[in-house]
Amino acid sequence: MVDHDVLVVGAGLAGMRAAIAAHRTGANVALLSKVHPVRSHSNAAQGGINAALRGTDDSVDSHIYDTVKGSDYLGDQDAIEIMCQEAPAEIIALEHMGVVFNRDEEGRLGTRNFGGASYARTFFVADITGQAILHVMYEQIIKTGVRSYEEWFVTDLIMEDGVCKGVVAMEMLTGKLQSITAKATIIAAGGLGRVFEPSTNALICTGDGMALAYRAGASLMDMEMVQYHPTTLKGNGVLLTEAARGEGAYLLNAKGERFMEHYAPKMKELASRDVVSRAEQTEINEGRGEDGCVFLDLRHLGKELIHTKLSYIAEVAKDFVDVDLAEKPVPIRPGQHYIMGGIKTDIDGRTWDATGGDRWAGIPGLYAAGETACVSVHGGNRLGANSLLETVVFGKRSGEAAAAYAKDISDFSVTSSYLSDAEAHLKGLMDRPDNGDKTAALRMEMGEVMNQHLAVFRNEEGMQSALVKIKELKERYKQLPVGHSGKVYNTALLFHLELGNMLDLAETIAVGALGRKESRGAHSRQDIPERIDAEWMKHTVVTPKDGSPALSYMPVTVTRWEPQERVY
Amino acid sequence: MQTKLSVRRQDPESQQPGSRMQEYTIEVPEHYTVLDALIKVREEVDPSLAIRCSCRAAICGSCAVRVNGRARLACNTKLTNVTPEDGVVVVEPAGNQPVVKDLVVDLGVFWSKIRAVAPYLQPEGPEPEEEYIAPNESMLLLTEVMGCIMCGACVSDCTALEVDSNFLGPAALAKAFRFTEDPRDGADADRLHNLNEYGGVWDCTRCMMCVEVCPKGVAPMDRIMALRERVMDAGMTNTVGYRHVAAFAESVEHAGWLDETMLAVKSWGMFNVPKLIAALPIGLRALKRGKLPMPAPFHKKRPGHENVARIFKRLEGKK
Repeated sequence: MVDHDVLVVGAGLAGMRAAIAAHRTGANVALLSKVHPVRSHSNAAQGGINAALRGTDDSVDSHIYDTVKGSDYLGDQDAIEIMCQEAPAEIIALEHMGVVFNRDEEGRLGTRNFGGASYARTFFVADITGQAILHVMYEQIIKTGVRSYEEWFVTDLIMEDGVCKGVVAMEMLTGKLQSITAKATIIAAGGLGRVFEPSTNALICTGDGMALAYRAGASLMDMEMVQYHPTTLKGNGVLLTEAARGEGAYLLNAKGERFMEHYAPKMKELASRDVVSRAEQTEINEGRGEDGCVFLDLRHLGKELIHTKLSYIAEVAKDFVDVDLAEKPVPIRPGQHYIMGGIKTDIDGRTWDATGGDRWAGIPGLYAAGETACVSVHGGNRLGANSLLETVVFGKRSGEAAAAYAKDISDFSVTSSYLSDAEAHLKGLMDRPDNGDKTAALRMEMGEVMNQHLAVFRNEEGMQSALVKIKELKERYKQLPVGHSGKVYNTALLFHLELGNMLDLAETIAVGALGRKESRGAHSRQDIPERIDAEWMKHTVVTPKDGSPALSYMPVTVTRWEPQERVY
Repeated sequence: MQTKLSVRRQDPESQQPGSRMQEYTIEVPEHYTVLDALIKVREEVDPSLAIRCSCRAAICGSCAVRVNGRARLACNTKLTNVTPEDGVVVVEPAGNQPVVKDLVVDLGVFWSKIRAVAPYLQPEGPEPEEEYIAPNESMLLLTEVMGCIMCGACVSDCTALEVDSNFLGPAALAKAFRFTEDPRDGADADRLHNLNEYGGVWDCTRCMMCVEVCPKGVAPMDRIMALRERVMDAGMTNTVGYRHVAAFAESVEHAGWLDETMLAVKSWGMFNVPKLIAALPIGLRALKRGKLPMPAPFHKKRPGHENVARIFKRLEGKK
């Protein structure tokens, strides 16, 4: 007996969109997440979602081109074409579900400007677009009535004969482990921001989905491509949306100069995120910052606009650094925000090569979508407001593909002892003697070393030292005690397991970055500042081999846009 | 700076039932929030302390707790703003919900009440090929309510829920408003009918707690009042709530002030003898102490009542 045709792990936008799409085909679908769906990190997407829906000059081709250019030509152009072509229909689908998108004077959907985009094609709900869409998506989940395992944490994928047959998961409320079998499993468990400290990401963004898939033998792709967002708050690193600049805000250095004029004469503040973050970091490094920060200036936008379109970040600035955005520039700096890399999938979310080839190692029955996945549509640098788009487009595609795959499986059985193995493993962790080491200390050491050496600017020596540190932390992790042995809502155990996931991923990021001997997108090496197309128009693939990450490379799919110099 | 937290702990696995207060004294930077401090305790002092938290930026809604007796998000509450003179910040789980462990409460009933308002768009007729045409003002109004992050702070401190667990509560009713006010939704009749039932819009006591504690400015009570208007406008008048509103207005319009005795009689109904007899002792006591005006026919018109009546006329005209 199988519990579900399709099991979706992760209930943010990609996960819920996948579940709804699979449900519509008539499949028996379940959602599972370590938090309640509306707590997911899709909430934090503020600015909007891109689509070339209409407009006098805008076109799907322009959206594709901007995305390809934004990716620094590392994005797969076939995947980007699909994303941009399906974008308009997905916006309409979201609107029909009930998203309260901003309107223009005629009551039609309105747009705003966003970074790296040739036209205003970003649809939005004030500066809470992600939250507004996430809650509406959950309304739709309630409507479908699909089973939702809320506050369940996946400890293992059930793998038999190289095929994924569901998961073993722990219910947080009881500490009970249970196997949940499924003909197809979709991982949509979000990003890994907490590998870095600080990060804009929520505390739950620990890359669990990527680590699960990786340990089970799936390939991770382009893990070195880590996005630093240009405007994160001084201190706690909370995000201030790019929509602020989309609405016209300036970036100023300590001397009050709009320094982006020197780095991106045409697009200025609205150049690609990697470009803006590098410019800011250069200003700071060359002594034109203040206290490690530069400034975001919204004063000229006026109270009214800030109140109606940017009220959430006004609230954030007030709460956390006591700055009234209408009165004073707010100190900001680049901060870890997103990972372009992830579980390698094809355009239907499959983690294995369905053509029968062996271009990448993969796992039949396992799908991935959203930030967890790498299709790849973002390549070396993601454009603002393309992430929400990716979640819904590829969430839907993977949901449909997984349901179709499940439909073809008539014979399903699980014979292995996954559940008892997982129980024994957890008991082993809980029984570890206290050696004085603490989960939080290890996590902080990892986060700080990653933020020091795998940040906006990188070099060989720094990255090597980070890798050495990660390996040392992985050794210490093998003896790390949990610290609390209760069953009910044991967050100490949860954080311990998450740290294990993050350390595996930190290693893949460092290995991938050391391997790429050029600068491209977010991977900017001070020791090799050039982009080298002749050699490096290729994806980094990391696969586990005898417990260590093994590197290989795959070609980038180019359809119509040959690499050019990138000027904003 | 040094901070003292007194945290209500409850462990279902412990031999001792019930809860106890545990005090933690830790050194923290000035800018720390209550959540920062709780995380520090969990990471450095006591890994068994349970709290839900995620975004640290008041958008995920995980960390609603009671700080010094009032519901707040731990993540956007600065310690310096809530430290009282004795220096001890009291942190307890959100109210009106069963505790799972420490600061983690069971939100099962919370979500079942959200589900009870059919919280999804129910358009009338076939979907248009493109988007629904809708005025931006209506979308901006709905955006205020979509700002709800389902943290449950309003439910925690709702005084009506405290005595009547059947009440749908401020979060679910604000969610209902999000649909009745959505120009795309076509299920108003059903929705309003359900909201007019026992446990619905009339069970709010208008105490304002939900408006005060909501960290996102959703103002649930204002939405509930708007829903009452919608229910009455839809002609659903056979409720104590409606009669209360009508009698209230009638008395003030007529005499310039409230005849509270007649308000009770008219709200409950002249023939609701048990209810009226039950209220009699309270009424007599209040009358004796001068807290109740003389009832009709001794209820005197106030000087200037004509002006009040004129205000009513003008407002009616506006409608």
